[in-house]
Amino acid sequence: MNDAILAEDLGKRYFIGKQERYRTLRETLVELAASPFRRVGNLLKGHATGAADLHESFWALQEISFAIPEGAVVGIIGRNGAGKSTLLKILSRITEPSAGLARIRGRVGSLLEVGTGFHPELTGRENIFLNGAILGMGRGEILKKFEEIVDFAELEKFIDTPVKHYSSGMYLRLAFAVAAHLEPEILLVDEVLAVGDAAFQKKCLGKMGEVAGQGRTVLLVSHNLGAISHLCPTTLMLERGRLEAYGPTDEVITQYMAKVSTQLAIPLGDRTDRRGAGPMRFQSIRLTDPDGTQSGSLRSGDSGVFEIGYRSTDGKPLIKVLAQIHVADHIGNLLFTLSTHFTDVGRFETLPPEGKIHCQMPSIPLAAGVYTVSLGCSVNGEFSDNVKEAFQFNLVEGNAFGSGQAPIGQRHGSFLVHHQWHQAHGRGD
Amino acid sequence: MDNQPRISAIAETLIQPSSGWVSLRLGELWDYRALLYFLVWRDIKVRYKQTVLGASWAILQPLLTMVVFTIFFGRVAQLGPEGIAYPIFSYAGLLPWTFFSLGLTQSSNSLVGSQNLIKKVYFPRLAIPIASALAPAVDFVLAFLILFPMMAYYGTRPTAMVVWLPFLALLAFGSALGAGLWLSALNVQFRDIRYVIPFFTQLLLFVTPVIYSTAEVAPKLEEMGIPVWIYALNPMVGVVEGFRWALLGLDAPIFSLVLTSSIATLVLLVTGLLYFRRMEKTFADVV
Ligand SMILES: Nc1ncnc2c1ncn2[C@@H]1O[C@H](COP(=O)(O)OP(=O)(O)O)[C@@H](O)[C@H]1O
Repeated sequence: MNDAILAEDLGKRYFIGKQERYRTLRETLVELAASPFRRVGNLLKGHATGAADLHESFWALQEISFAIPEGAVVGIIGRNGAGKSTLLKILSRITEPSAGLARIRGRVGSLLEVGTGFHPELTGRENIFLNGAILGMGRGEILKKFEEIVDFAELEKFIDTPVKHYSSGMYLRLAFAVAAHLEPEILLVDEVLAVGDAAFQKKCLGKMGEVAGQGRTVLLVSHNLGAISHLCPTTLMLERGRLEAYGPTDEVITQYMAKVSTQLAIPLGDRTDRRGAGPMRFQSIRLTDPDGTQSGSLRSGDSGVFEIGYRSTDGKPLIKVLAQIHVADHIGNLLFTLSTHFTDVGRFETLPPEGKIHCQMPSIPLAAGVYTVSLGCSVNGEFSDNVKEAFQFNLVEGNAFGSGQAPIGQRHGSFLVHHQWHQAHGRGD
Repeated sequence: MDNQPRISAIAETLIQPSSGWVSLRLGELWDYRALLYFLVWRDIKVRYKQTVLGASWAILQPLLTMVVFTIFFGRVAQLGPEGIAYPIFSYAGLLPWTFFSLGLTQSSNSLVGSQNLIKKVYFPRLAIPIASALAPAVDFVLAFLILFPMMAYYGTRPTAMVVWLPFLALLAFGSALGAGLWLSALNVQFRDIRYVIPFFTQLLLFVTPVIYSTAEVAPKLEEMGIPVWIYALNPMVGVVEGFRWALLGLDAPIFSLVLTSSIATLVLLVTGLLYFRRMEKTFADVV
């Protein structure tokens, strides 16, 4: 059988400017005056900015080689920032690789975001045509599928209403319906299943299963490991821009899970997968109750303290320290951030060269489950240290609302929000 | 019109880093003509839906400008050639000028305005500035319809040379697009270009014979040591004078003006296309 997609040594390098990815002409002219020839050369070579700091680049993808046979349905997993979206963008020709090559046999349809190009002022009908054309369908093709699309989206009654009046569910149904009827030989899908209600997700999964059943090649990026193992016999795992594994889905998922826990077994101070130039380095982190007793699992809704140990690499006191704790769910979706600059502290004026800082939450607003924590800090305005997935903690069910009733696991979502209900006066309309 | 981009049996696509000056790939644009059509259609539809005045704006804008010009430049400053009513004179110039300046402004801002699309779907990026430069053609046609009653009122008859109008309109489109390609690509890299564009078109208006005629300024320019052909390097000089020549029979060294402007347009368009294609690969990463 032929390969639908063949990638050889694919790589993608991003240039990162100081802050923004684009800049102002004024800045560039000033720099141009400083060293004109190299910059003009850079600009003409087609580099984004012609800027001085072009060497500040990093490889979002590196040495990626794989072959995907025609008709295969392949999942792509990896933590946030692993390069999954970048890979799909290269394969769908949205962005160019910086190295290597890929051969693609057949028409590619990509669904990187549902509803791209929808215009709120236009009606559902008008948007079907516009969106279809954007996804690469001809006018005749759209006309032929029009009824089917409207049927799938269950929007017969509202097809001549501007989509700005649609609910988000209706919007999504329409968008997915157009894309699902594209009928490309190769379908690239990024995280569409993360949105929409359960019933709709099921319908989308069904449609994708159907597409896969017709012998089309499907690449599916998802954080939803359940969806991946349900739909994809084989899976490809990316890790910091490299291809870590490519094989039967259950094996790859096991490897992925193991990876996350081995990373965590390394003491924080010894971790090398960090960014930032120092001098402040995180050494340890734990979550305790307010008395400071380490407890394997706190209960959801309890008050908790993050205790972070740090050390200064040059042995000098640290000034103007801004610290941040990012809390994500077990698959890496950021849930919230705790930052010194959100509080009265702003920045710690001075910290001794070695020590601990505390961050207390009066009530941990999360349902029972496993969460991961990333840390970041800056010293005197300079980015100092950043460790992704520095720590994992587990919350067990508690009595967060004081009513004896609380959500079980993640079934009602990740967050616990305090709330009151009252009966109010007045008529029902 | 059933066009399905690259659906031929099993098309193979090679994805590779491009280097050097890349080919224009205009054939691919043709495959995506349905997209071009729908983008133009969307621009027009949305604009007319969103503005209070709707389509009448297309007519009101040049009409009001004409009234102001007539009062201040025609009456007060006594500009414009002898033997032709100033309203007709300026309106005939404002028609292609409005088409040009709208097209230039919209295509210059088009890429940044479509960042979402660019980051999420593949299609020939050229479709975006082209569609934006094309959309004002509808306004142009609407505004044109007012010209004939005006000409009848002032007793001016169109000449047989109106057959040249489509070519001249194409020239206006070409120069709007040429400048739009340069500016839209630059706009992605340098966000302050956006603020320069209105200023730029305003300056351009003053060096284009919309308010006055070339015949009035040419001798003075020569006195200052600026030959007319330099003046005509502004592509809109040939277009505006061409419109008046074809519609109103106004005399001008039309052949040399239009030729110079055509060459300038061609240069602007080709370099614009090349620069755009060259920068295209960075659009999705930068916007
Ligand atoms: N346009 C861009 N410019 C600079 N860096 C980028 C750009 N797009 C993505 N990145 C970086 O490339 C890395 C990979 O990103 P991405 O492919 O989105 O990962 P994933 O989809 O696995 O979460 C990330 O570190 C991200 O910050």
